[in-house]
Amino acid sequence: MEFSFTDEQTMIFDTAEAFLGEVAEVASIRKSMETNTGYDPSAWDRLCQEMYWQAILIPEDNDGLGLGAVELVGILERMGKKLYNGPFASSAAVTLALAKWGSGDQKSTYFARLMAGESATIAVIDQARAWSAEGVSAQAVQTDEGLRISGKYRFVQHGHTANLILVAARAPGSSGQDGVGLFLIDADAEGVIRKRVPTMDQTRPLAEVQLESVLVQPEQCLGCVGNSAPALAQLLDIQAILVTAEQLGGAQASLDMTVDYLQERVQFGRTIASFQAVKHKCADMMLKVEASRSIVYYAACVIDEWLSDRYDANQLAEAASMAKAYSSDAFFFVAGCGIQLFGGVGITEEYDIQLYFKRAKATETFLGGGAAHRERVAQMLLAGEC
Amino acid sequence: MKLSFSAEDEQFRNEVAEWMANNLCGEFEPIRFRGGPGDEHSFVEERKAWEQKLAEGGWTAIGWPKEFGGRGASIEQQVIFNEEYARAGGPGRVGHIGETLTGPTLIAFGSEAQKAKYLPGIRAGKELWCQGYSEPSAGSDLANVKTKAHFDDAQGKWVLNGQKVWTSLAHESEFCFVIARTDPASKGQKGLGFFLVKMDQPGVTIRPIPQLTGTSEFNEVFFDDAVCDADDIVGEPGDGWKVAMGLLGFERGVSTLGQQMLFQSELDEVVRIAKRNGAADDPAIRQRLADAHIGLRIMRYNSMRMMSGGEDGSLQKEAMIYKLYWSSWHRNLGKLAMDVLGPEAELLEGEPYELNRLQSLFLFTRADTIYGGTNQIQRNLIAERALGMPREPRGAN
Ligand SMILES: Cc1cc2nc3c(=O)[nH]c(=O)nc-3n(C[C@H](O)[C@H](O)[C@H](O)COP(=O)(O)OP(=O)(O)OC[C@H]3O[C@@H](n4cnc5c(N)ncnc54)[C@H](O)[C@@H]3O)c2cc1C
Repeated sequence: MEFSFTDEQTMIFDTAEAFLGEVAEVASIRKSMETNTGYDPSAWDRLCQEMYWQAILIPEDNDGLGLGAVELVGILERMGKKLYNGPFASSAAVTLALAKWGSGDQKSTYFARLMAGESATIAVIDQARAWSAEGVSAQAVQTDEGLRISGKYRFVQHGHTANLILVAARAPGSSGQDGVGLFLIDADAEGVIRKRVPTMDQTRPLAEVQLESVLVQPEQCLGCVGNSAPALAQLLDIQAILVTAEQLGGAQASLDMTVDYLQERVQFGRTIASFQAVKHKCADMMLKVEASRSIVYYAACVIDEWLSDRYDANQLAEAASMAKAYSSDAFFFVAGCGIQLFGGVGITEEYDIQLYFKRAKATETFLGGGAAHRERVAQMLLAGEC
Repeated sequence: MKLSFSAEDEQFRNEVAEWMANNLCGEFEPIRFRGGPGDEHSFVEERKAWEQKLAEGGWTAIGWPKEFGGRGASIEQQVIFNEEYARAGGPGRVGHIGETLTGPTLIAFGSEAQKAKYLPGIRAGKELWCQGYSEPSAGSDLANVKTKAHFDDAQGKWVLNGQKVWTSLAHESEFCFVIARTDPASKGQKGLGFFLVKMDQPGVTIRPIPQLTGTSEFNEVFFDDAVCDADDIVGEPGDGWKVAMGLLGFERGVSTLGQQMLFQSELDEVVRIAKRNGAADDPAIRQRLADAHIGLRIMRYNSMRMMSGGEDGSLQKEAMIYKLYWSSWHRNLGKLAMDVLGPEAELLEGEPYELNRLQSLFLFTRADTIYGGTNQIQRNLIAERALGMPREPRGAN
């Protein structure tokens, strides 16, 4: 048991900070969020080709860097700080799914594509509030040529630009945990229709993806067709943990920029940072940021343990729900207090705190907010006889 | 960063568990799970005997360096020890102030003579300590202490006069560490000394203060020409503040781990009751139970992060949230416990004012956000020291 970063990790994080400082200054985020892709493709290319970040989780046997989830989460935290808007988190979640369940052939094929700069995402549900196997409505129908998938997916991160989409679909007539499969679909396959949807948080592009009788071959099935409900749950947990890392970074940045502002703004002949009501609010904000950091890095360690089969799906679920519940609420609290402490300028388009505030809400509702995840923790806590 | 323990550490875990199973039994059976916060007054003599039993087994002061009788245990091993101690139902440690505060302070700031004089008694579990910081006019504003110490050449001793208040376990302790003013003309943080004072002497009077729980764990302590030896001052006259603050750093260190295991057993009890009495069907209670569970796990990782920092008791910035975090969590648990009990929470175990464990928890956790620096003071500290915001202005007096 060890709860500090190694020198190598610290070095990776410093490098990440420097790189993101170069490609993800807020001015360039604001610029790219207005484009069709919603992010800067040239920065993405550099991220893949110069930083090799798509290779972080890929084992050395597959020519990757063979690093772990702690490194990944550290980078995501720094991306969250900068509101980085490229398709990194969703690609990383797909990479983890491949690492866990992919066949040897799938790994060599898809890892190579990801490292070459392709991006990936995950498409699961159509209805809001249904982030689970129960919520899967797309159907995978057996035909003579193979399985054909049809259905609509909403809330797909970067779904309009991703090269590879990991989708969930179920056997006709099945429901609940039954009949669910996971499939790797090429975005340019016939029958894939996607469009970006306008979002309140402009830094987090979402798309609607429609599959119309898209043909999949056996080698595109991830894991066991029909029995993938448990894998899907784990996939959503992984994705949730990666979101919490971005939330942590966003919360930290919100606190930092707020304190900086407070130190400069003068009212009543003193900086507003000197008012105790303001100081105490900032102390509460910092407490939540640090507590969030503790649970997010714990959850990162759990991903590593889970990848190497030392922790099971329940432990992953608990970690994911603890982290998602706490970090969602923490980020929203910190960004919300931030706006209040900025005063009138907090309501302007010009100041950045509003972008973080929107990001807080967007990442909170995505994959379930505090209440939903606490209820999930409660179920685990209260299970069994007394 | 990793969650698993090494094989060596797991071996250590077995050793602790085995020792606890073989020793916390027989005459010590009644004190299992007793003597925690709110329950300090119970089984004091038995817990003193237990402290010595622990010492014989080499299980006191395990984090101290070997040369002072400790085991030089790693952070991991201290975590493990605290976990297994609590799992086995180890009672509240009467020696914790000496072991976790006096000891590390003397090791960091004390003279060789002081180490030789005091560390063995603490290590052996025979000499208990209390903390003489607060005074009637020096609460949050600790630097306002008025107790005076002057060196009496005739006796060759330091002589102390003044009053301390809220001194926990003074009535059970052999020694007290006292901050007192060595320079009578001084004010604030300057001119203070840090003294090691024997409690059993004519110049020391201890008066217990009844608490809202009906018990008394804290006291008033009066010094009327109380004395200590010439070399019972830690550091030089004038160094008192530095030493006192160094000690507070230790207060927020490893000593908090055992406490967390206790919190866990309290939460477990609340969960058990909620399942039994149907409170667990209430969605609002479910949210709060889950929140408490998440909060406690976070506390654990907070402390792991904190302990991976400076070993000299110096605090990283993020460690400054620790007290505010745990005190607020624990206070909320006390309230949750009552809400889970519902109207049953009102009914006492017996006359005259016999509280059950959760009732004591509810009442006593209101103190958690006060002692050791109130929540407001913690927020001042976080804002000023960790976030670099302006300091509170002082009044004219
Ligand atoms: C159970 C218990 C055990 C204790 N054990 C010990 C012990 O063993 N040894 C020891 O030395 N002391 C002990 N204490 C004393 C404890 O440290 C003090 O009670 C504490 O520091 C607060 O001081 P006070 O009680 O004088 O409150 P005050 O300082 O009078 O505070 C009253 C209120 O004012 C607020 N306040 C004060 N200053 C500020 C400020 N600058 N900004 C904002 N708000 C402020 C406080 O937060 C608090 O809410 C114990 C206390 C308790 C309750």
